Amino acid sequence: MEYVIEMLNIRKEFPGVVACDDITLQLRKGEILALLGENGAGKSTLMSILFGLYQPDSGVIRLKGKEVRISNPNVANALGIGMVHQHFKLVHNFTITENIILGSETTRGLVVDTRSAARRIRELSARYGLNVDPDARVADVSVGMQQRVEILKMLYRDAEILIFDEPTAVLTPQEVQELMKILRGLIYEGKSVILITHKLKEIKAVADRCTVIRRGRLIATVDVETTSGEKLAEMMVGRKVTFQVDKKAKKPGEAILELDNLSVRGPGGVAGLKNFTLEVRCGEIVGIAGVDGNGQKELVEAVIGLRKADSGRILLKGNDVKDLPVRGRIARGMAFIPDDRHKYGLILDYSLEYNLILKDYYRTPFSRKGLLDHKAIRRHAVRVIEEFDVRAGQGAAATVRSLSGGNQQKTIVGREIDANPDLLIAVQPTRGLDVGAIEYIHRRLLEQRDNGKAVLLISLELDEILKISDRIAVINNGELVGVVRAAETDENEVGLMMTGIKRGAVS
Amino acid sequence: MTTRAGREYILSLVAIVLGLVAGAVLMLLSGNNPLLGYLYLFRGGLMNIERLGNTLATATPLIFTGLSVAFAFRTGLFNIGAAGQMLIGGLCATAVGLTFPWSRPVLLAAMLTAALAGGGLWAALPGWLKARFNVHEVVSTIMMNWIAFWTVFYMVPRYFKGPFLETESQKLPDTASLKTQWLSALFNGSYINLGIVLAIVFVALTAFILDQTTFGYELKAVGFNRHAAGVAGINVNRNLILSMTIAGALAGLGGATFYAGYASNMQIGVLPSQGFDGIAVSLLGANSPLGVLGAAIFFGLLHTGKGFMNAMTRIPPEIADTIIATIIYFAATSIMVERVLDRLKRRRAGQLPVAAGRDTIAAPKKGGAR
Repeated sequence: MEYVIEMLNIRKEFPGVVACDDITLQLRKGEILALLGENGAGKSTLMSILFGLYQPDSGVIRLKGKEVRISNPNVANALGIGMVHQHFKLVHNFTITENIILGSETTRGLVVDTRSAARRIRELSARYGLNVDPDARVADVSVGMQQRVEILKMLYRDAEILIFDEPTAVLTPQEVQELMKILRGLIYEGKSVILITHKLKEIKAVADRCTVIRRGRLIATVDVETTSGEKLAEMMVGRKVTFQVDKKAKKPGEAILELDNLSVRGPGGVAGLKNFTLEVRCGEIVGIAGVDGNGQKELVEAVIGLRKADSGRILLKGNDVKDLPVRGRIARGMAFIPDDRHKYGLILDYSLEYNLILKDYYRTPFSRKGLLDHKAIRRHAVRVIEEFDVRAGQGAAATVRSLSGGNQQKTIVGREIDANPDLLIAVQPTRGLDVGAIEYIHRRLLEQRDNGKAVLLISLELDEILKISDRIAVINNGELVGVVRAAETDENEVGLMMTGIKRGAVS
Repeated sequence: MTTRAGREYILSLVAIVLGLVAGAVLMLLSGNNPLLGYLYLFRGGLMNIERLGNTLATATPLIFTGLSVAFAFRTGLFNIGAAGQMLIGGLCATAVGLTFPWSRPVLLAAMLTAALAGGGLWAALPGWLKARFNVHEVVSTIMMNWIAFWTVFYMVPRYFKGPFLETESQKLPDTASLKTQWLSALFNGSYINLGIVLAIVFVALTAFILDQTTFGYELKAVGFNRHAAGVAGINVNRNLILSMTIAGALAGLGGATFYAGYASNMQIGVLPSQGFDGIAVSLLGANSPLGVLGAAIFFGLLHTGKGFMNAMTRIPPEIADTIIATIIYFAATSIMVERVLDRLKRRRAGQLPVAAGRDTIAAPKKGGAR
């Protein structure tokens, strides 16, 4: 069998960690090879080596059987290797044509020859069914279209090997379907694709073979058709995984959080959230579904008090908290699990015990008359660590930076849930976690609900929303599209609503 | 966290050793014996009680400016303005000292309070600008340095002119000086003054605030990660302003100890170098109060000893400045040093399996010792 690209026995070490340990990956011509692994397994490092961003400590890369040295991304491009990054690298006020030719402009005299470039882009777009208008401005097109522009960028540079880094993270379910079609089209035209992902469903849908890595080591490369999803998950995580959660029926009680016609300005003064009305009652989990950047950030920041709301009311247990500072809202029973735990959730250079009192350090028993009581702080930490099963080498004194992602998240979850809040706001609480930690955090969220507390869950993972919410509010372009019961809907319907198509709201 | 601080102290010591080695190379290149050079350099700072006093006296303002920079740094702010804050502190102390005919304890207390308040307010402005308009404190504190410089340039000749020279203030009366009979006598008439006692008190006080109080907890939380601190309900802007104010107050006190202790009048047209040396002291002291104390005394030692070295050998005193500069350089590039140390460690660890072939029992011991 002919391989277009082979990475043989690749090893890459960073200070203190071995990111890739003797990994071999071989891509056949005309196939889609999935690269599966949890966050931190070494997927990105491996692909960055292939794209010339890092140099391997040992191992060789072969292109069509010939050994090559890829010293930087330009070399990779010249060899026909292209990459669609998770975060697009586009200039927003340029047209699509200008974006695509950026860096390899053809000129006529002193003038950039956009016209012949646009013609070529149109041809490519038609051939691969991308449906891209070369004259549109990137700022005006959808995220799915922007991704297709990234794909065109590679095709324009005659890439033969295309690497997709978590391409579906930012797409609606319908856009994901489109992308799958495009991927098949690329293969049909003789290209070869590496698909980096941790979503099993997508692998089952399009990939031919799948290379699984775990903690920097190669586990196996298998045929997708003959391997079950459960088996793939087990290889990825290293143990058996359950996908089901135990959700008892529960009748919600009175409203804890009421958002009444809330409008919030986003960055640059544009409307981020428009006349948003929603209530979260005790004993229920309300999920907010939507594509990234449709007002979720403004909603969350307005509710917790980081951003000023322009109009409307935020009622917490019946009292308007719109003008209260962050601390005032925490004191009235709000808790918050942020999506970016390093930026918003933790002080990485503080010890575990210090992080666990981040919201209560000024209160007894942790301090008296402005002096910290280190004994009380330690006692509290030991108890929370035990209760929430946070694993740290040096226990309460360990620097949080030294903890694994899952344990860092448990630290936050422990701190927030231990405060016994009436309302828990969780934003992407399982982002980047392994399956075990995800199970744990879902269980904790459901526990809050079963104890009669209110939970507002904001997530980009539709599966997560569908799995643990009682009701789902769909947000699009800052507006509430509708609210549906999780038990009475499915991925298709919510996906459609995420694009802004309304449906009659229930209850 | 203790291991982290310990690691930083080790890096500082490595920087000092490398600086001294570089100095030795320079002495060799200029045809001198480095051992002799260092002998006289250290004897110059330590050989008798008077010189020891001078070392401490030189270190005093450095302790304050070092504390100032370190304190701001703990809150994530880079205070380049210690020089200006020193000037204003010194000016306020001098103005009080020259104006009021009070008894000594009252007058000294008033002078120090004025210096503290002056320096504090001087730095509060950049803090406020940062909090309100997000003006970078590096830019604003540098500008405040020059405003302080020209303020002194105007105020001293206009209101506190000396009897002979336009360019310096009147000499402070003995009642308004931090120099004290018993302390000077104890150190055989050196420059040492009450400032050193004050400095040590403030080292302890700063350490206490940073490590034991909720206020210190807030300041450090804001310094490490102001986003997370904000989400947790800590008032970030208030902490920024307070941190700058305290940093300025510390530098202001340093100014008082310098202009009303080490010296006894103010000269115009000089930005005190201790303000900038404070950055180096803080860096070398790993931004911790105790580290600052040690680093400041070490710098004081080099400054005091270099004259003696110059008198006893043919080594130019600039060598001592070069050593200081090199130490700062190595402290600033400590990441590089850290990497080299890591690599050495790993190389040794990597060799273990091979080397341990014969002697398997010794190998884990070696690993454990590190």
